[in-house]
Amino acid sequence: MDQGHIRNFSIIAHIDHGKSTLADRILQLTETVSAREMREQVLDTMELERERGITIKAQAVRVAWKGHQLNLIDTPGHVDFTYEVSRSLQACEGAVLVVDAAQGIEAQTLANAYLAIENDLEIVPVVNKIDLPQADPDGTAAELAELIGERPDRVLRISAKTGEGVEAVLDAIVERVPPPTGDPGAPPRALIFDSSYDQYRGVVAFVRVVDGSFRTRERLRAMAQGTRFEAEELGFFSPTMRAADTLDAGEVGYVITGLKDVSKLRVGDTLTSEERPAAEPLPGYKDVKPMVFAGLFPTDSDDYPELRDALERLKLNDAALFYEPETSQALGFGFRCGFLGLLHMEIVRERLEREFDLDLLVTAPNVAYRVKPPNGELVEVHTPSEMPNEVEEVEEPYIKASVIVPKEYVGTVMELNNDRRGRFDQLEYLSEERVHLTYELPLAEIVLDYYDHLKSRTRGYASFDYDLIGFRPGNLVRVDVLVGGEPVDALSLIIHRDSAYERGRALVERLREEIPRQMFDVAIQAAIGSRVIARETVKARRKDVLAKCYGGDITRKRKLLEKQKAGKRRMKQVGMVEVPQEAFLAVLNLGNGDKR
Amino acid sequence: MSGDVRHLYVHLPFCAHRCGYCDFVTVVGRRGQHTAYVDAVLAELELERGLLASELETIFLGGGTPTFTEPGELARLLEALPAAGEVTVEANPETVTPELARLLHRSGVTRVSIGAQSFTPHLLETLERRAGPDAVRAAVYALRDAGFDNISLDLIYGVPGQSAADLERDLSAALALEPEHLSCYELEAKPGTRFARAHGAELARQSESMESYFERVVTRLVGAGYRWYETANFCRAPERAGGHDLRARHNLAYWWGRDYLGLGIGAVSTVGGKRWRNAPRLPAYLAALERGEGPAREVERLTAELKIRERVMLGLRLDEPLALGALEGALDPEGVERLERLGLAVRDADGGRETLALTSRGRFLGDGATALAIA
Repeated sequence: MDQGHIRNFSIIAHIDHGKSTLADRILQLTETVSAREMREQVLDTMELERERGITIKAQAVRVAWKGHQLNLIDTPGHVDFTYEVSRSLQACEGAVLVVDAAQGIEAQTLANAYLAIENDLEIVPVVNKIDLPQADPDGTAAELAELIGERPDRVLRISAKTGEGVEAVLDAIVERVPPPTGDPGAPPRALIFDSSYDQYRGVVAFVRVVDGSFRTRERLRAMAQGTRFEAEELGFFSPTMRAADTLDAGEVGYVITGLKDVSKLRVGDTLTSEERPAAEPLPGYKDVKPMVFAGLFPTDSDDYPELRDALERLKLNDAALFYEPETSQALGFGFRCGFLGLLHMEIVRERLEREFDLDLLVTAPNVAYRVKPPNGELVEVHTPSEMPNEVEEVEEPYIKASVIVPKEYVGTVMELNNDRRGRFDQLEYLSEERVHLTYELPLAEIVLDYYDHLKSRTRGYASFDYDLIGFRPGNLVRVDVLVGGEPVDALSLIIHRDSAYERGRALVERLREEIPRQMFDVAIQAAIGSRVIARETVKARRKDVLAKCYGGDITRKRKLLEKQKAGKRRMKQVGMVEVPQEAFLAVLNLGNGDKR
Repeated sequence: MSGDVRHLYVHLPFCAHRCGYCDFVTVVGRRGQHTAYVDAVLAELELERGLLASELETIFLGGGTPTFTEPGELARLLEALPAAGEVTVEANPETVTPELARLLHRSGVTRVSIGAQSFTPHLLETLERRAGPDAVRAAVYALRDAGFDNISLDLIYGVPGQSAADLERDLSAALALEPEHLSCYELEAKPGTRFARAHGAELARQSESMESYFERVVTRLVGAGYRWYETANFCRAPERAGGHDLRARHNLAYWWGRDYLGLGIGAVSTVGGKRWRNAPRLPAYLAALERGEGPAREVERLTAELKIRERVMLGLRLDEPLALGALEGALDPEGVERLERLGLAVRDADGGRETLALTSRGRFLGDGATALAIA
């Protein structure tokens, strides 16, 4: 199809503002899905084409509307994937920005709107759920118009649920979103905006063709990574997979690559043909780096091979996931894993536990640090135990945090941010009631329990989003926890000097409660280098013997002994001290934001 | 033909009353069955006689309350049993009349173990013991008058409501009677007993405040010239007993891993690689032996490996060093080394003979220390 009749767009919205429902309505209205096949969230739940063995979700779907080809491109829904979202948006010329008429603008709305604006997208503003009794379409439309610098009367008002106003959205897409403007005659270039892994067909790339055209069976190359492969099949989703001979400039579709490793085809890279290669890749490719790290250990050490296999399989579909083997004297064999952010970590953990049925012990997450030892080079450190004892300088990642709250909570949010070493950046009224606060914060301060605190202090009204803004120096120290004089590697943490004392105290107090009394006094200490900052003692037992043992008691006694012995074997040995696994769990939970 | 077993236990289950904390095999009342029971025990003895050596070292009559048994029947039993160097009978204070004391002495009993438990009335009440402090004294005097020179007293400590001063008073009262031997047990709320239901939670609560009671018992008795020869057992030291070794030889046989034969309901025997426990029900026991059959038994096979583990477990309860030799294989060298570093155990090579013993602190922590020492 000629580019003048193509429109590429995304729907962007805060969670639950109606993105999936609007997509359902669009598929229905354009007769992409018949009334018989229609059900809720059709794109998310669609039966995939089993006979071809493909088990991936459509990341872009093609619909026809009044002689035009409209490509609806899905975006990942959350903050850790900002980079992926930005690549999806780069594949579009326009975005439908949906806001709930009862909720108004939220932090994610803002983050997405800014991303869309950065990518020069034409924004079609939509106020959804106007049928709700508590809806305030006028107020929300005014907020939205203000946000994107548009006239309020250009804001569409719809109910995706009832279908009211959805045709107007489709018309607005055709009218307002510009057609693609690539060069159909130039050497082919396509942006990879997403990829999936299918066990039979290998990596499937979702692409937006910018220049030229691609043909099935053509030899292709990913320009940034240099990966070469043959396009086994080209096509698009509508809403099921349809093979096509070519994908032309302006079009959106998929490429089946046969590659067996997703990391060979990264989101943001540019595909070109080997025969007629483009001179320059499309702009904006970034190698995304994990920023949040945690140790993952199987609760039962026998599950280590299962954990390794599960991580390998997850990695197939998640190029951003990083892992390497880690051995902890306290927790045994496991992996140090790197994630884009907290949500990414939660997703991985949940999938490991649910899909792979693994029982995991997750250490308190920490961020990546850049450490400069005296007279040494700056090195990146992913785990507290890697941090050298003597450092000249430590840098930690910072974020720009964006919080939207009703104005009565501004004080408490500012207080929280100040406690977390935040630096105030900006306060802006979105409406009379709602305030947008921006702060610069160390990422380390939000990885533990920031979000929980924010939610509880604002009765759930705050919405939150963040963006990484780079590394900055900080007064950071490593706090070690010693049990019976032996450091427990899994419990070390890197922390701002001002919080070290309080945190060290909390850790040793909790450990004292969890470590059973032994045959000797056990000192539990928190220390910075050789300086002890907190200390507790588990007093030795004075008596541990059952009094009576005669001829009739021997078997029972021996069985008790075997039980006691087995109990000892389940304990983790820290020096001379036997520590139950539950003790580590309790302390790690403390680190994970458990406020008891 | 005779066997090698030199130690015989006879269980006499009859009691006037079942105390709340007791989990032994006991039978309350049933006076009419004492004769039948003695007949059955003697029948069982005949069935097993082949296991016994021609000369026995020790016999122990335990209960129940052996001295609650009809005196005539008790005498008949004692007469019928083979002779032995040490013959011990357990007794409840209120049953020990001067007549009974003379009967026991006449029947060849050499040693009487009195279940005193406490000299403090409110603690005796908690324990549901019938005899008061005076009954204990009267029993001891009666036994002395009858000629007994080896009397043991059982004491229980850690009773709910027992203060440290109560404990000291109990120990003083016991020492005033100058017993040759004392057994001191911490009260346990054994699962399923009436006592565990009534006082279990209380015992758990007080366990920390009573943690030092065991130490107090040992300190006091050792200070009074007693030898702490086993975790819960004390005897007058030889230098204060005319050079006599007053340890309970029958019980030493258990701790040394010797074979023993047990007769009567619930009695346990260990012979070679086999341990068995007679079924605890009285009617079935009587019926089987009346038919000339052995009683129903629960049998456990003891491999050589289990036996040496038991030898270590039991041997470490004693004050005399455990000779290792063949037992070495049951030890965890790393665990033993750790015990030594903690000052809880001592390894020694005495004339080329390797030994292991717990220090006195190690003995207070005996269960944990043994779990560490054993492989």
